[in-house]
Amino acid sequence: MMVYLIVFMVAMAFSSSTVILSDRLTNPFVVVKDSMIAFFEWIGDLIIFCGRLARVALVPPHEGRELLRQLEAVGPKSFMLVALAGAATGVVLSLQTRDSLTRLGAASLLPTVIVFSLIKETGPIITGLIVSGRVGAGIGAELGSMRVTEQIDAMEASAIDPYKYLVWTRVLACVLMLPLLTLAADFFGILGGWATSAFMAPVSLRLFLENGFKTLDFHDFLPSTFKTVIFGFIIGIVASFQGMRTKGGTEGVGRSATSSVVLCSLFIILADVLLVRIIQVLFP
Amino acid sequence: MKNQNNEPINNEPAVVIQDLHKSFGRQKVLNGIALTVARGETVVVLGRSGTGKSVLLKLLIGLQKPDSGSIRIQGQEMTTLQFKELNQVRKKIGFLFQQAALYDSLSVEENVSFPLDRNSDLSSAERKEQVRTLLATVGMDQHGKKLPSQISGGMQKRVGLARALALEPEIMLFDEPTAGLDPITAGEINQLILGLQEKRKITSIVVTHDIRGARTVSDRLVLLKEGNIVAEGTFEEIKKNQDPFVAKFLSID
Repeated sequence: MMVYLIVFMVAMAFSSSTVILSDRLTNPFVVVKDSMIAFFEWIGDLIIFCGRLARVALVPPHEGRELLRQLEAVGPKSFMLVALAGAATGVVLSLQTRDSLTRLGAASLLPTVIVFSLIKETGPIITGLIVSGRVGAGIGAELGSMRVTEQIDAMEASAIDPYKYLVWTRVLACVLMLPLLTLAADFFGILGGWATSAFMAPVSLRLFLENGFKTLDFHDFLPSTFKTVIFGFIIGIVASFQGMRTKGGTEGVGRSATSSVVLCSLFIILADVLLVRIIQVLFP
Repeated sequence: MKNQNNEPINNEPAVVIQDLHKSFGRQKVLNGIALTVARGETVVVLGRSGTGKSVLLKLLIGLQKPDSGSIRIQGQEMTTLQFKELNQVRKKIGFLFQQAALYDSLSVEENVSFPLDRNSDLSSAERKEQVRTLLATVGMDQHGKKLPSQISGGMQKRVGLARALALEPEIMLFDEPTAGLDPITAGEINQLILGLQEKRKITSIVVTHDIRGARTVSDRLVLLKEGNIVAEGTFEEIKKNQDPFVAKFLSID
């Protein structure tokens, strides 16, 4: 467990610093020194950012209208993309696994493998990565442009906390919507898997589902789906953080959008390593 | 005696700045500035670009922290305030940003209503009425439903001014209110600032490059150079200053 944690920390250090410093790769010693300083600054700023967010998050009054707007921006507007990606994954899984299973003489296990694979891992991670790309970039760019056009300063100047209005609503929307989007990815993935199987060798959806879900129980389904809450949290926090600390005009906005996507995707993959292990320990 | 927010009225000047220092990395922006602004007075801050004029305004409202020095707003020390207390003082200060800084996802009406919805005790109907009145004050009552991207730069400044006035501030900070505007629109904005002084007795600090506007709206001018105040006084007093930098700066008029 400690090994995973160390790998996670080192990867975070590397990724956060490289993204920030990628335009200054000259002298290797300077780069290493600057990377280390940038990394510790980044970590320090992130801790302060989370602390400030925690202080205002649960204090009323709540920004219900803005939360609804963000829920819509994260959920319904990502639905088609997630459903399509889920379906495509289901199709690919079906095509690839059929071949392997047939060679092993276990073609009848195809529905089980597809359902297991989608629900336990592929569905959640695909959803996390797709939402990182769509929503992470959106949050990074939106908050970044609000920062450089002084809209965030204007908010603070009129005694309104941007952490409450802008950041908390976005983090909460990501946290609430990720599990629902994961269900959509799972659903369309299984549908895609069945459609492809049925195309190759006719099988009814009911039989496919019965076979697929025969050995699956709630211990397989719940932790895997709800780990996406953590993915949502990562997307909301990292993208908002990158957006809020934007500097340097429109170029800075572009950098924030890119670094949001890169860091969100990377942290989701790294967090997944930890989460899978934790789930295996807690739900043997 | 108490004011409308039930706070005791004191007789301290609106703004007292003492020995204020601010640097960004190795670049010293403000180098021990001292400035007192009386209640109801309009002080214009002039200076070349990059001399820390906008930074001064941001320090005054607590958007940035000074390296050292003191800022007292109506007797209250700003540099040591906690977040909640800072917000209480901010409600007394209006800030018009250089590019107006309107929230671009909200309509003109929603922009003006934004601080009212969160920081006033008015009922919904009263808030709507207040928004209408504020927009009428700046001549924008016909454009309430438009988005900021659908109106001109001058109009955006007007809406920014209406939003800054929403909480009935006692002090107004203007960051280059006429920058990027044609002379006629700039004149209109200056007239609005003058109107505020006459009707509401608001204390104002105006950062600008517009010498003509500065002459129109100011009770007193302050000229910054390399983080220090090099000249201070009424327009006529400063005009008589023999310092070559001051003379060159005002010769544009």
